[in-house]
Amino acid sequence: MFGKLSLDAVPFHEPIVMITLAMIAIGGVAVLGLVTYFKKWTYLWTEWLTSVDHKKIGVMYIIIAMVMLLRGFSDAIMMRSQQALAVEGSPGYLPPEHYDQIFTAHGVIMIIFMAMPFFTGLMNIVLPLQIGARDVAFPFLNSLSLYLLISGVVLINVSLGVGEFARTGWVAYPPLSELGYSPGVGVDYYIWALQLSGLGTTLTGVNFLVTVLKMRTPGMKLMDMPIFTWTCTWANVLIVASFPILTGTLAFLTLDRYLDFHIFTNELGGNPMMYVNLFWAWGHPEVYILILPAFGVFSEVISTFTGKRLFGHHSMIYASGAISILGFMVWLHHFFTMGSGASVNAFFGLATMLISIPTGVKLFNWLFTIYQGRLRFTAPVLWTLGFMVTFSIGGMTGVLLAIPGADFVLHNSLFVIAHFHNVIIGGAVFGYIAGFAFWFPKAFGFKLNEKWGKAAFGFWISGFYVAFMPLYALGFMGMTRRLNTTENPEWTPYLYVAFVGAVLVAMGIACQLIQIYVSIRDREQNRDLTGDPWNGHTLEWSTSSPPPFYNFAELPKANEIDPFYAAKRDGEAYKVPAKYSDIHMPNNTATGLVMGALLTVFGFAMIWHIFWLAAVSLIGTIVYFVIHAARDDQGFMVPASEVARIEGEQHAILAKVRNDQTNTPVNKLEQA
Amino acid sequence: MANSHHSHDAASHEPASHGSFKSYMVGFVLSIILTAIPFGLVMFPTISKVATLWIVLIFAAVQVIVHLVYFLHLDRSAAQRNNVIAFAFAGLVIVLLVGLSTWIMFSIHTAMMAK
Amino acid sequence: MSNLVFDGAKGHDHGHDHEHDHGHHDAGEMKIYGFWIYLMTDCILFASIFAIYAVLVNNVAGGPAGHDIFELPYVLGETACLLLSSITYGFAMLAMHKGNKSGVLGWLFVTFLFGLGFIGMEVNEFHLLISEGYGPNRSGFLSAFFTLVGTHGLHVTSGLIWMAIMMYQVSKHGLTNTNQTRLSMLSLFWHFLDVVWICVFTVVYLMGTI
Repeated sequence: MFGKLSLDAVPFHEPIVMITLAMIAIGGVAVLGLVTYFKKWTYLWTEWLTSVDHKKIGVMYIIIAMVMLLRGFSDAIMMRSQQALAVEGSPGYLPPEHYDQIFTAHGVIMIIFMAMPFFTGLMNIVLPLQIGARDVAFPFLNSLSLYLLISGVVLINVSLGVGEFARTGWVAYPPLSELGYSPGVGVDYYIWALQLSGLGTTLTGVNFLVTVLKMRTPGMKLMDMPIFTWTCTWANVLIVASFPILTGTLAFLTLDRYLDFHIFTNELGGNPMMYVNLFWAWGHPEVYILILPAFGVFSEVISTFTGKRLFGHHSMIYASGAISILGFMVWLHHFFTMGSGASVNAFFGLATMLISIPTGVKLFNWLFTIYQGRLRFTAPVLWTLGFMVTFSIGGMTGVLLAIPGADFVLHNSLFVIAHFHNVIIGGAVFGYIAGFAFWFPKAFGFKLNEKWGKAAFGFWISGFYVAFMPLYALGFMGMTRRLNTTENPEWTPYLYVAFVGAVLVAMGIACQLIQIYVSIRDREQNRDLTGDPWNGHTLEWSTSSPPPFYNFAELPKANEIDPFYAAKRDGEAYKVPAKYSDIHMPNNTATGLVMGALLTVFGFAMIWHIFWLAAVSLIGTIVYFVIHAARDDQGFMVPASEVARIEGEQHAILAKVRNDQTNTPVNKLEQA
Repeated sequence: MANSHHSHDAASHEPASHGSFKSYMVGFVLSIILTAIPFGLVMFPTISKVATLWIVLIFAAVQVIVHLVYFLHLDRSAAQRNNVIAFAFAGLVIVLLVGLSTWIMFSIHTAMMAK
Repeated sequence: MSNLVFDGAKGHDHGHDHEHDHGHHDAGEMKIYGFWIYLMTDCILFASIFAIYAVLVNNVAGGPAGHDIFELPYVLGETACLLLSSITYGFAMLAMHKGNKSGVLGWLFVTFLFGLGFIGMEVNEFHLLISEGYGPNRSGFLSAFFTLVGTHGLHVTSGLIWMAIMMYQVSKHGLTNTNQTRLSMLSLFWHFLDVVWICVFTVVYLMGTI
C-alpha cells in the first residue's frame, strides 16, 4: 500500500537532521501563520500562485533561487567545517554517509535549484520587456515550468526528512548509482527531482525561443536585440539541444533501477561509461547555459553605467554563438582519464581551449566599453569588475585543465573544484547578483540599499578568494575531492584558511539578507518613480517600475540597437499616444500549480515504489491538462479606458518628476 | 484551397505549405519504394553485405527527406525557413552527439582492450 | 481560417487595431512553431537512445542477437501500418483545410486504426520475446532494443490518445481555430514518429539482420 515507505524513513536518530527539520518546520509554520494573520491567502492565490504574468513568475523563480542558495550554502559551510575539523585523521562531526549526501545535495542544489532558477527568473522578468513584448509566447507553459521546478525543489527538500538523498556526487555515475550499490531511495530522489525540473527547463527553452523569434516589437531585427536577450537566447538554444540528453540519460538509469534493464550496469552487457559520456554531453552545455545569461547581465551593466553603448554589439552576438556551438564539442574534457586514448583526448582538449577565444572577445568588448567612459561604481558594477578578474583566473585554470596530460594529474582533485567554483561563482553567481541589483527597481519600484550591497560584495569576493585559492594549492598537493577526513598535516593550514573564506561568504550572504530587509523598510525614500533609475538604454527602462501588467500600452518603436537610448536621444521618449487600444491578455490559471502538485506526488510515489499512487497521480495530471486544454481559455480584453487610466497615472508621476528636477531633465542623456 | 481562408495579408501570413493530394501520393509511393527495396535486399540477400548496408542507409536517409518534404512540408520558402533552421540545428547536434559519442566509446573499447 | 467558427471568443472583434489582430491569428502559427521546436528536442532524445543502441548492440551477454529474434516480414507489416497511417492523416489534414468536418473525423479514425494495429503488433512482438526469456533484463543489447523500440511505441500510443481526444473535440465543437491548430500539431507529431520509425527499422531490424 505504501511501497517502501514507513516511519523508519525519518532519520530520528540523526540529531543534525532533526534539528534542521525542526527549524524548517518552525519557519514554515511562521510563514503560513503570518500569511493567515494578514489575511493574504486570496491575494497570494490570485496575484501570484495562479499568475501567468512573466514578471511575477520571474520574481517567484528568484525567491526560490535565494532560498535554495541558503540551503546549498549551509551544505557548503558544513563541508568546509567538517574538512577543517577532520584533519590529521580525526573523524570530524559528519559521518561519511551523511557527508556524502551533503556534497551531492550541494552540487545538485547550487546548479539545478539555485543557478538555473536565478537565471530563469531574471530572463522571465526582463526579456519580454527588452523586446517590447507584452508576455511570453506561452504564458500557461511558463507557469507550468515554474511549478515543475517547484516539484523538484519539494522532492529534494523532502529527502532531508523522509528517506535520504543520493550519496553519489551530483553526477551520480553508475555503477555506484545503480541498485546494487545504491539500494536506498537517495538516487531515486535525485532522478525524479532532476527529471521534473528538467522538463520545466526544456519547456522554458521552447517558450523563450518562440517568444524571441515571434514576439519582438515591430521593427526590432534579431541583430538589434539587447545582449542580455541574445545571451539568454543562446542559452535557450543550448537548453533545447542538451536537456533531452539528460532526460534520456536519467530515464535509462531509471529503467536499470526500476525494471532491471542493463544499460549502465556492470553485468549482462551494460556499459557504465556510456552514462558518463551522455551525462557530460548534457553537463557541459549546462554550464554554458549557466554562464551565458550572466555574460549578458555584464554587458547591460557595463554599457549602462559607463553611459556608452556597448562596444562590439554584433561581435558579442557571434562570440556567444561560437561559445554555444563549441560547447557541444568539448564534453569529453570531464573524463579525459576514462581511457579513450590520445587522439580523442587531443581533439577535445583543443576544442576546449578554443572556447577561450570568443570568451576573450567578450571580455575585450567590455573593457573597450569602459575605456573612455565614465564608469559609475555602483554595486552592479563592482560585481562586474569582480567577475572580470575572478572569471579570467578561473578560465585560465580551465585552459590548464584542458591539457589532457595536466588533467591526468589534476582530475578529481581540489584543483578542479577550485576551477569550477572560480568560474561559476565569479561568473554566474556574481552575474546574477549584479542582475538582481540592476533590475530590482524595475521589478519592485524601489532601489536596493547601495551600502549593504557593496558590503555584500566585499565579503563575497574576499570570501571567495580566501575559500578557493587554498583549494588550488591543495589540488597541486594531491588532495582529492569529496574527502570527509584527511591525514596529511601539510594540508591542514589550507583547510583552515578555506573555512575562514566560507565564513566570509556567509557574512556576505548575511549582508544581502540585511540589504533586502533595509531596502524594503526604506522603500519610500528609494522609489524609482520614472522607471529609469540608471539612465538605461533598452526598452525595459521605458516602462514604469514596476511595469503595468500588460507591459506596453502601445508596442514600442525599435529601429536600431538600444532603442530607448535612441528614443531619449531623439526626444521621443515617454510620448503619450493619441489613443489607446484594447489589449488582449491571458487569464490566470491554477492548472500549472495543480499539475505540478500531482507530479510531485507522482515523483514521491515512484521514489517509494507506491506504484498505485504513481499511476493515479500521473493519469490525474494528464486528465487535468486535457480538461484545461479543452476549456480553451482565450484570455480577456483590457478595455482601452482601463489602459488609459493606468498610463495616465504614470504620466502624471513623470510630469511631477520633471517639474521637481528642473536641473536634470528626465530624458537628457548622461554625457560620456 | 489556398485562397479560401486567408482573408487578410496573405504575404505575411503565407501558410505552412499544406500539401495536396498529389504531393501526399508522391511521398507515399516514394516511401513504399524506399522501404521495399531495403527490406527486399536484406530478406533475400542478393548483393554483398557491404553494398546492402550502404543501400539500406542511403535509402533510409532519402526516405527521411521524402517524409520531411512531402509530409512535413519543409521546403525553401520563407514561411518554412524557421522550421528548416531549427531542424538543421537539431541535425547538427545529433550528428555531433551520436558521431562523437560513437568515436569516444569505440576508442575506449579499443584502448581498454575490451573483448 | 476566418470562415470557420471561432469558439470561446470573448467579445473578440476582428475589426480593431491591426497589431491585436496580428497577435491573435499568429497565435496558432506560434503554437505550431513552438511544437516543432519541442519535436526537435524529441529528435535529440531519440538520438541519445540510438547512441545507446549503437554502443550496446553487440553486448548480447550470451543471449540472442538481433538476427536471432527479428522477423522482417512482421516488421514490414508494422512499417506498412505506420506508413499508411501517415497518408491517412495527410488526407485528414487536406479535409481540414477544406473545412470538411466529417472527412476529418473519418480519416482520423482510419489513422487511429492503423496506429492501433501498429501498437498491437509491437505489443505482441514484445510479449513473445519476454515469454521466451528474451526480455530487456536479459542483456544490454535487449535493454537497448526494448528502450529504443519501446520509447517509439510509447510516443505512438500517446499520439493515439491525443488523436482520440481530438476526434472527440472535433465532433463536439467542429473545426475551430484551436482544433485546427491542435490537429496541425498532431500532424507534425505523427509524421515525425514515422520518420523516427524509418531510422528504427533501418538501424535495428535491417542492420541487425544483414
